[in-house]
Amino acid sequence: MKNKVLLDKKALERTVTRMTHEILEKNHGCAALSLIGIRTRGIYLANRLQKKIEDIEGIKPPVGILDITMYRDDINKLKSPVIKKTDIPFDVNNGTIILIDDVMHTGRTTRAAIDAIMDLGRPKKIQLAVLVDRGNRELPIHPDYAGIHYTANPEEEVLVRLHEVDGKDEVVIVRS
Amino acid sequence: MNWDKKDLLGIKELSKEEILLVLDTADSFKDISKREIKKVPTLRGKTVITLFYEPSTRTRTSFEIAAKRLSADTINISSGTSSSVKGETLKDTARNLESMRPDAIVIRHSMPGAPHMLAKILDSSVVNGGDGAHEHPTQALLDLFTIREKKGRIDGLKVVIIGDIAHSRVARSNFFILRHFNTEVVCSGPPTMIPPDIESLGVKAEYDMNKAVRDADVIMMLRIQKERGGISFIPSVKEYSTLYGLRKEHIEKAKKDVIIMHPGPMNRGIEIADEVADGPYSVILDQVENGVAVRMAILYLLIGREA
Repeated sequence: MKNKVLLDKKALERTVTRMTHEILEKNHGCAALSLIGIRTRGIYLANRLQKKIEDIEGIKPPVGILDITMYRDDINKLKSPVIKKTDIPFDVNNGTIILIDDVMHTGRTTRAAIDAIMDLGRPKKIQLAVLVDRGNRELPIHPDYAGIHYTANPEEEVLVRLHEVDGKDEVVIVRS
Repeated sequence: MNWDKKDLLGIKELSKEEILLVLDTADSFKDISKREIKKVPTLRGKTVITLFYEPSTRTRTSFEIAAKRLSADTINISSGTSSSVKGETLKDTARNLESMRPDAIVIRHSMPGAPHMLAKILDSSVVNGGDGAHEHPTQALLDLFTIREKKGRIDGLKVVIIGDIAHSRVARSNFFILRHFNTEVVCSGPPTMIPPDIESLGVKAEYDMNKAVRDADVIMMLRIQKERGGISFIPSVKEYSTLYGLRKEHIEKAKKDVIIMHPGPMNRGIEIADEVADGPYSVILDQVENGVAVRMAILYLLIGREA
């Protein structure tokens, strides 16, 4: 079956712009805001949000990188043993953290990410921003900001492609 | 990249890819020890037993801290307090311990091959924490990690290992690990302490320490292995110290940014002078710090994942 494009380059850009405004609106600016991107594509989305926040507010919120592998509930079943570095070059205590991922599905990644951040300190708030919410939650966790909602069937895969890693910007549905 | 080994018995059995995987994994785990909350849930519900038939401060503590930082439970058994003093064989001790369902057993034993024997009869992962004069794989891994961290590379370096080479499992494991890389490895010490066939391991012997250290990037000092009869291979400790003890004058012959390593325990004033052990070139305590990260990586790779 043919792949379906959910967002093309232009649409993806507009979606990220809208999410930026939503984040700034809800937090009344970006004074105490820090961004943490979940490996791999969350990092690049975080960088883009940072750029847009700077364009709008003139302030550049710090960006951190989170690798959640050590906190996964299925770590013993992973095919690849590789654990990459977490790099959060700012204090997570007391501020508001926007946690950023490309696709939200079961909620298990988010659970792991929250646990990982809590081990680094006690933020005042953690908010969750995802580019695609594909539904089918297995845990009671929901995003504060979702680029688009698409209720995917189990046989569908939602792929976020970003030019930093994939050479192009798009969100596609791949059916197996 | 994959890891499918049940046990870590020696460096000899590891490929270059596996060695680099351990180092990269350790690099990620190292950060945990610098945090306020020094613990991650990675090995929650796992049990690690350390079974040490030889004295140890660093290695045993390092394994225990590594396991605990990954949330595993640890039990430490040393020969003096175990039933081995009542005549129980190593095999029986190991089989009895396995009945309590540990996930990994770290063993140190004076008998070369003891971990290999246990690995054959146990389902648990076996980690060699030093077997006689044979191998000490986690030491070589932490040494290589420290070299890579301090030098930013491994290839192109001159590594000089000085001391009781013949009785040192640290030297052997380091020779096995360094031959995977484009390094110049030189050993030095009294001829009675250097195996005659050392060149078969890709190592050059230079009995004159002053020549050996010339342009060295890394100098690794070893102690005399008294428990393996090392002392009977030299005329006197004083002479040994004069000829093979590391002092400031040797450092001046090495590269300007040379690092000084020692696996511990140090015998100050014999193989290493205070001014060197505590000097700016010394990375001896960095080795200890890195040991925890490397052992976290090994435990994660061995028992953190389903076969």
